Amino acid sequence: MTLYSIIFYLLGIITLTATGMAVTRRNLVHAALWLVVSFFGTSLLFYLLGAPFLAALEVIIFAGAIMILFLFIIMTLRKEAAPRSFREVWRQWRLPSLLGLISLVLIGFFILSAAGSYHRLMPAMAAPVDFGRFLVTEYWLPVEIVSFLLFVALVGVLYLGRATDDLEAEKSAPRTGEEL
Amino acid sequence: MWFLGFVILLIKLAAVLGALVLLAVYLVWIERRLLAKFETRLGPNRAGWHGALQPFADGVKILLKEDLIPEGADRFIFMMAPAVVATSALLLFVVVPFGEGFTLWGRRVPMLFTDLNVGLLYVVAISTVAVYGVVLAGWSSNSLYSLLGGIRGAAQMISYELSLGLSLAPVVMMAGSFSLVDIVDAQAAYPFILVQPVGFLIFLVSTMAEAHRLPFDIPEAENELMGGYHTEYSGMRFGLFFVGEYVNMLVLGSLAAVFFLGGWRGPLLPGVVWFVLKVLIVPFLLIWSRAALPRPRYDQLMAFGWKCLIPVALVNIIATGGLMLLFG
Repeated sequence: MTLYSIIFYLLGIITLTATGMAVTRRNLVHAALWLVVSFFGTSLLFYLLGAPFLAALEVIIFAGAIMILFLFIIMTLRKEAAPRSFREVWRQWRLPSLLGLISLVLIGFFILSAAGSYHRLMPAMAAPVDFGRFLVTEYWLPVEIVSFLLFVALVGVLYLGRATDDLEAEKSAPRTGEEL
Repeated sequence: MWFLGFVILLIKLAAVLGALVLLAVYLVWIERRLLAKFETRLGPNRAGWHGALQPFADGVKILLKEDLIPEGADRFIFMMAPAVVATSALLLFVVVPFGEGFTLWGRRVPMLFTDLNVGLLYVVAISTVAVYGVVLAGWSSNSLYSLLGGIRGAAQMISYELSLGLSLAPVVMMAGSFSLVDIVDAQAAYPFILVQPVGFLIFLVSTMAEAHRLPFDIPEAENELMGGYHTEYSGMRFGLFFVGEYVNMLVLGSLAAVFFLGGWRGPLLPGVVWFVLKVLIVPFLLIWSRAALPRPRYDQLMAFGWKCLIPVALVNIIATGGLMLLFG
């Protein structure tokens, strides 16, 4: 066992434990914080596997932006989790657990069936420049599609936010003679 | 030989950590003296020469204060939040090159800790972690003032992080690298502030908001929120917030020096001296603006970030790209 594999398994344990805690905590802020720990573990795994660019993006986008927004909403809601019956828990968990099981089986199948899965991978480092070049030459279409999708979402949010404002303005504004 | 490298690393770590914290502590004294000058007062001038021992007196006082934890607080998170703020501020400095480097007994000693090839992204990533300190301090205190401060802090810091990141994109484009060492090397001929004045201004304003200094200290606005997210803190836990804030000012100053002012490069004087001089420019501007500018309303602050800084930063990126394509 090399130093790298020790670090790898340590990070794996930390990430899995943190994710487990995130799923099971009743306190929403604690759950969100465990998820942040899990993102940091994932980010360090990326770094260990020679993808520093992905590691940095994982922290900036997931831990930095998305989870802060989650916390923001949880804090403004201040909703205490009420104790629930087994039936409610089961109703909430059945679909996710089925999907999780399917993906677990698929991942296991691919790992076991793929050629070369027993070979040791050589350590490699993907420099940001190489990564970017690879992304826009090999995968330029998916990148464009994703960015277009995000753009559409942005416009949608803008429209929704503006629409409610206009509605409220219409409600509160006094009616003019023309409408009557 | 790895042992010698290890010893050198430890010495460097100790020296930089000591210098950073000492500078941060003295920045408090400099700020109080300068503010007093701006407001035609005297400021702290009793302890030592011109009050130069004041930081130590304050340190002893703050260490001896009682460490209060409010009732109903989330104890663990409440205790950890100040540490998150202080640690993330210190961790930022890991990738900053602070000198030219020299050769000791035939061994190259670089004046930085690590040259990450994603150094700039590391900086952005770690500065997002600082937001957690503010948010969690606000939430865990079980106080409405703190919660409001934490929520304001979260909204403000993620908004201004965007313009901060966007203002640095032209620097990366011109240097062709995320590495802070490469960025300093790219400024061998001229500092980037000469060709990126707009980017520098956006960076400076975003810095004020990131460090939540006045005029952008909405998360801790004293006359509305008492102390905002750190209302409930006392003793050294409050001290950690304080140290974190001033270390953060210094680190943001060093980032401004690296990205726009040419890092440690400069004529005559040795690199480290130039670096420290450049680092102190941003804290000085932050102190000056504190004395000179009033605090905007919260919605004005958000509108300024989203409707002014971010569009200008985007136009700056496009203009830089266009000019680089034109002139190769």
